[in-house]
Amino acid sequence: MAEKITIGELHLSGCTGCLVTLADNYEGLFKLLDDYADLVYALTLVDVRHVPEMDVCLVEGSCCLNDKISVEELKEAREKSKVLVAYGGCAAYGNITRFCRGGQWNQPGHEAFVPISEVVDVDLYIPSCPPCPQQVRNVAVMAFLLLRGNEEQKNLATAYLTPLMQLAQRGNEACGCDLMYDVINQGLCMGCGTCAGTCPVRAITMEYGKPNVNRDLCIKCGACYSQCPRSWFNFDVMNNYEGIMDAIKGAMQ
Amino acid sequence: MDVLGNYKSAISARSTDKDITKKSQDGGIITTLFAYALEEGIIDGAIVAGPGDEPWKPEPVVATTKAELLAAAGTRYTISPNLYLIKEATRSYGLDRVGIVGTPCQMQAVRKAQLYPIGMRDVDDKIALALGIYCMENLSYQALEAIVEDHCNQKMESVKKMDIGKGKFTVYTERGAVSQMPLKLIHKYVQPGCNVCLDYVANLADISSGSVGSPDGWSTVFVRSMKGNAVWDGAIAAGLFETKPMDQVKPGLDLVTKLATEKITKNQKNVDARKTFGLKADGTAKGLRNPYESP
Repeated sequence: MAEKITIGELHLSGCTGCLVTLADNYEGLFKLLDDYADLVYALTLVDVRHVPEMDVCLVEGSCCLNDKISVEELKEAREKSKVLVAYGGCAAYGNITRFCRGGQWNQPGHEAFVPISEVVDVDLYIPSCPPCPQQVRNVAVMAFLLLRGNEEQKNLATAYLTPLMQLAQRGNEACGCDLMYDVINQGLCMGCGTCAGTCPVRAITMEYGKPNVNRDLCIKCGACYSQCPRSWFNFDVMNNYEGIMDAIKGAMQ
Repeated sequence: MDVLGNYKSAISARSTDKDITKKSQDGGIITTLFAYALEEGIIDGAIVAGPGDEPWKPEPVVATTKAELLAAAGTRYTISPNLYLIKEATRSYGLDRVGIVGTPCQMQAVRKAQLYPIGMRDVDDKIALALGIYCMENLSYQALEAIVEDHCNQKMESVKKMDIGKGKFTVYTERGAVSQMPLKLIHKYVQPGCNVCLDYVANLADISSGSVGSPDGWSTVFVRSMKGNAVWDGAIAAGLFETKPMDQVKPGLDLVTKLATEKITKNQKNVDARKTFGLKADGTAKGLRNPYESP
């Protein structure tokens, strides 16, 4: 077994749902920590006070501009990690913190929250609220293959991770409206229902065979857009679904 | 990649279950396979296009009995957003092993949800059987209504069966009338999203099935994955299908290959044409999004 990679979780303004999601891999998390990754930094799970050097940093939550420590830690994490991941809807797209108005006991002055890419460069997005344990697991296994694997494994990991890296390049705004702008208006939607099925707050219904987003319910987590098969689809990876699923399953056994 | 996708075997088949073939579109492959998988505990339930509140308007439902499968049998030539229930099936319905049937694009959505489960928590390992149906293009419900009521001159509620074959769209009514229209007149009604689809025979399904290539009342079946292979072998051993080798039926795989090639070539052209769809002020091309290149 190749040398493990190091992973940390930086907790900014989020609800800890993303961290819980990491733990929701259950015995899978132990397998990851036994064989592939050392957890070097994480709220409640690791007793380390200052941001250390690491291969992959998962950042949970959006960044509060009024909170000096948040901004500094985020910048520090960027400098000290090879791959910085916006982990979950808040870090990637602002999610529900987009609607913050401040006035929260005991920090009423905290009112400006931005997705982390407004403060630092982000390499990869894992959207949704909360993200899925299986997606984090897949990214962790692929990150291991990318950093420690042989040539063939590196190529697979690159192909797998590319769309998630491109999501980070695409921008830091996503909500149900993106389905309208980038999929329906572009003549790409074929009414499969994935967006409505994936929405964590059931803000999407299918009307006339196309998604209809209730904007009052949408929390801007980005799940619908990034899960849509017409937002992006890579034949080289998806056509090998059986082999890749088996590889990930094998890696987790 | 081959236009027919990867497959382990191609067979012409028909269900031996008369209850099913009475209701099914062609060979009753999908209904029979799901009924078998339910019986054997391979799946706990299947997401299928069940009856909706308007005639010929399907709604996705989770079927857990053969009766529910029979109610959903047959083709409705309009959209049933089956992926809508994929996460719900593992949650509200508590299914550990989910079957799902869908068009090629829906199979693509299933595989994307498994490989990139971004908002699809606990779904990836619960897809126990994904069955695909051949699809050239699809219609919105209103488009189907226009075709049946305006072009074919039949009321939606009086229609017993709709069928596409031999270059024609055919409507059979309860009272025995048969109305036909040339298939090429349908193209203007096709939903635009279908024009960039590069898959005809559901390349990513475990097993895919459709009438093209086989005689009337039979279906052409592609067995594609390990999982699909195991289920197919089991169903054959249980005597659920009569089969014929593909090279001994007319019109055979050549027709499937021909139609698949036509669809993919035409739609690849559409994908390419999108790159230069519009014009910028300086005279250079202004493109539309390509879903196969980047988010």
